[in-house]
Amino acid sequence: MNKRRVVVTGLGATTPLGGDVESTWAALIAGKSGVRTLQGEWVSTIPVSIGAPIAVEPIEVMDRVETRRLDRSEQFALIASREAWQDAGKPEIDKERLGVVIASGIGGVITLLDAYDVLKTKGARLISPHTVPMLMPNGPAANVGLELGAKAGVHTPVSACASGAEAIGYALEMIRNNRADVVLAGGVEAAIHALPMAGFASMKALSTRNDEPEKASRPYDVNRDGFVLGEGGGILVLEEYEHAIARGAKIYAEIAGQGLTSDGYHIAAPDPEGSGVKRAIEIALADAGLTTKDIVHLNAHATSTPAGDVAEASALVGAFGDEISHVTVSATKSMTGHLLGGAGAIEAIFVVLALHHRLAPPTINVDELDPAVKLDVVMNVARPLPAGPIAALNDSFGFGGHNVVLAVKSYEGK
Amino acid sequence: MSLSPDAVLAGLKEIVEEVAGIPAASIELGKNFTDDLDVDSLSMVEVVVAAEERFGVKIPDDKVTELATVGDAVNFIVNAAK
Repeated sequence: MNKRRVVVTGLGATTPLGGDVESTWAALIAGKSGVRTLQGEWVSTIPVSIGAPIAVEPIEVMDRVETRRLDRSEQFALIASREAWQDAGKPEIDKERLGVVIASGIGGVITLLDAYDVLKTKGARLISPHTVPMLMPNGPAANVGLELGAKAGVHTPVSACASGAEAIGYALEMIRNNRADVVLAGGVEAAIHALPMAGFASMKALSTRNDEPEKASRPYDVNRDGFVLGEGGGILVLEEYEHAIARGAKIYAEIAGQGLTSDGYHIAAPDPEGSGVKRAIEIALADAGLTTKDIVHLNAHATSTPAGDVAEASALVGAFGDEISHVTVSATKSMTGHLLGGAGAIEAIFVVLALHHRLAPPTINVDELDPAVKLDVVMNVARPLPAGPIAALNDSFGFGGHNVVLAVKSYEGK
Repeated sequence: MSLSPDAVLAGLKEIVEEVAGIPAASIELGKNFTDDLDVDSLSMVEVVVAAEERFGVKIPDDKVTELATVGDAVNFIVNAAK
């Protein structure tokens, strides 16, 4: 039996670059940075004072009462899902064929930490009854599922910074396996808070370029010194191809395959051999019925850490061989910062839009390309992609040694 | 400290509006929290805790289930504050 094909029929996002997909994409193509100096009394208590907060605060687009019952990550999920569902034309479908897969790397960590402050200072009686539904990592998926009445299954894969991409892969399989016809899939993160930032800083994972926020996230540049923590999320409406055609849906691209592997190497450091990444690429290509010859673009995981960027770049060269020469590589975290569990989702949206608009986003702040990065990096200015059937990959990796590669094909009207 | 029923009602209106987003104008003594005002069980816990803080009274958990209407809550709080 042929695999059920899965296409993208709706997109939604709230990111450091914009409150929706259109504004995010425009800023991305223009090469704008979403990184800024953070505000708040707690900022002075940690060694890093920069981050990439979302551009539009939830309270500007949500009901006040709704916001107080939802963790910030849940707010992001609902905002992005509402946009995606609207973009998909709000299809009237059997709710038992509608699923939701929304990931988060850490869950409602701000709710958890704020509630602990209340517990210590005011006592248990003043802990909100909404605390547990707000802090649970499946809260974003559950709230979106509730709003849409989804009954095919609501899921939350957790694999650190690969979570958002893994959610899309999970949704792909839900539709292929005939559990659902339409699935909202993506990832969110809201962890710009003293404790997660202190933890990442303690690992020496964060950039400390506090004096130049917009220059801090600089994947592939020789002077990169760590990632910049971002927040926000992205949601894609995935739909079975015949189902989308039957209702005359707008189709952006096809999610053609995925490759999942694990390093079995270290809890946080990338495997310098990159064999897990190489295998994930090979599996994703085979799953999609593609070869390295078909790939013209790749959205890299590239977070701007000294070790990670080079390990990934080496793995890509290992996987592609000479074929790497026709792959334009974009590291969009240079503009969005690193959204952890939201990263794979917004970057999947960027890949979908790159194929749809035939335009690869830039990688900003590459003043001097690291000579160890032997890739065709789209440096500083967006670059056109070829006409005709093309395909692209999205890399996402997470602490724990998780590797997720998604393969996306352009949609050519059939 | 004694509280007037009017003062308690006015305070409760503010709390319910804050917690559940119900316009204060629609909150009346005869309204049922669940059926008329759509205050769910989690939000009712918030209303009770906020009322305890505001009026300086204790509303035991086993009494909360008896507070079906806004009027029930006003009466309980007025009596508890005497």
